[in-house]
Amino acid sequence: MNSRTTTFLKLAALAGVLAFPAFGSEFYAELIAKVLILAIFAMSLDLLVGFTGLVSFGHAAYFGIAAYAVALLTPKYDPASLWLALPASVLAAAVAAFLIGLFVLRTKGIYFIMVTLAFAQMAYYVFHDTPVGGGSDGIYLNFKPDAAIAGWAPFDLNEPHHLYYFVVGAMLFVYALLKLVLRSPFGRVLVGIRSNEHRMLSLGYATFRYKLAAFTLAGGLAGLAGFLYAVLFGFVTPEYLSWHKSGDVLLMVILGGMGNLVGAIAGAVALVGLQEIFTGLTKHWQLLMGLTIVAAVLFMPGGMAATPARILARINGGKTNE
Amino acid sequence: MSEVLLAAEGMTRRFGGLTANQNVNIALERGVLHALLGPNGAGKSTCINMLSGDLPPSEGTIRFKGEDITGLTAYQRSRIGIGRSYQRTNIFPKFTVLENCRLAAQSRKPRPWSLLTDALRMPDAVERARAAIAEAGLAGREERVAGTMSHGEQRQLEIAMVLATDAEVLLLDEPLAGMGSEESAQMVTLLNRLKTTRAILLVEHDMDAVFAVSDRITVMVNGQVLESGSPEQIRNSPDVQQAYLGHEAEHE
Repeated sequence: MNSRTTTFLKLAALAGVLAFPAFGSEFYAELIAKVLILAIFAMSLDLLVGFTGLVSFGHAAYFGIAAYAVALLTPKYDPASLWLALPASVLAAAVAAFLIGLFVLRTKGIYFIMVTLAFAQMAYYVFHDTPVGGGSDGIYLNFKPDAAIAGWAPFDLNEPHHLYYFVVGAMLFVYALLKLVLRSPFGRVLVGIRSNEHRMLSLGYATFRYKLAAFTLAGGLAGLAGFLYAVLFGFVTPEYLSWHKSGDVLLMVILGGMGNLVGAIAGAVALVGLQEIFTGLTKHWQLLMGLTIVAAVLFMPGGMAATPARILARINGGKTNE
Repeated sequence: MSEVLLAAEGMTRRFGGLTANQNVNIALERGVLHALLGPNGAGKSTCINMLSGDLPPSEGTIRFKGEDITGLTAYQRSRIGIGRSYQRTNIFPKFTVLENCRLAAQSRKPRPWSLLTDALRMPDAVERARAAIAEAGLAGREERVAGTMSHGEQRQLEIAMVLATDAEVLLLDEPLAGMGSEESAQMVTLLNRLKTTRAILLVEHDMDAVFAVSDRITVMVNGQVLESGSPEQIRNSPDVQQAYLGHEAEHE
């Protein structure tokens, strides 16, 4: 597919998302907002898995920590200020990622996968088994953060449409930010590390610091997703940090195609879409989901991002179309 | 003339009970191509790995321009001007030739915080990369994907990447391995040109090439330096003939 077609498809999808609240139902608007938040989450993980070569199996920890941060920062009978709660939640997730990164980034391969999982499980049990965050029941977020600056509110997150567009804006922000990062000298080094870390070291790059910076940035952006998720649904539970959640986001990245930001977004759309369809069909929807994922991995190498090019190649009888 | 850039004194490395390098002394001077010879298992790779920082020595001191750098890691040594190439081709196979060298050049001015910069448009890194590519004899191949080139060209790229880092000391681990005769001749010309401004350590199996380009040869056997001197001295040394050259001759 040439770049003009892809740009057109991206803009068409964006226009559809932007126009949806004017025509569609509130239920589906919320579903789209959920997908967009998970797309942020998936893009943040793709920075690690797809671009730096770090397969983190504990990414939900940072999502959950930020979600709990906004819940804990919100007073019982008042809303918190958005301009305080948002940066504080993202920062909490980034700091957690930085500290955990200091340890886990000393390991490689399968050990890295296990150690990231272990730290995420620790974070999970902190919220599940201690009174810090309401135990296994979680906490209700009775008031969505207040966007007022000195009495003047540019928008109100209690208005579903406002919240919807806030989420759309956040997703576009994260997409643009990661595009910039990947184009910058820093991003090129990350891709070099994925390809051949040993050579990057011998070329004079302190790869540990680069990986730590990427891990912290990815944690912060996962935190942004967690913050929005908590605000959208109005409650947090320890499940936000569970390994199922870490697995789901990893599946989104794999389904969409690793190392491709649009792929990560498509993966979020696909996974949530399939969940919606399958839960409507049967109680044993997870069986269908599992089979679909196995089929996708077997028959769609490179994920959804690589599929259009493969189909075109098939149509052109094996000749590549560029 | 004799400006020592990199020197090892009493460098020793043990792996459990095995002493891979014992009390090795070696000095690399600017303008001198120093070859390291020895049969398989003599400890040449261990020696080059300790000089480049890939492997910490068990004992001994390594100095760069007189300063003790024994404790520096591989990336820190690269930053001060010690570059190395690898025996087994160690490139970024999916990147273009230009991007391989551009990444190498970018390491001199990494600017990790300038997130608004387009890395592919950083003029100094791109220019330095192109110059290194041309110097290594790969001009015109800039846009080729590195992994699709011939083995010999990948060896040239390996050298180009080291050149792009502007290293003053080049540690080259068998750059001629697997090259055809024409490519070898080109590489020998390149080495002769490079050594005028740099110090070079050449680990090499190809005897003819070694005697053709080196100014000084150190022969290692069983982890120890057997003899070190001019090519003439080494050629006529009975010890070396006994331990290495004679050994080879027996096989022929």
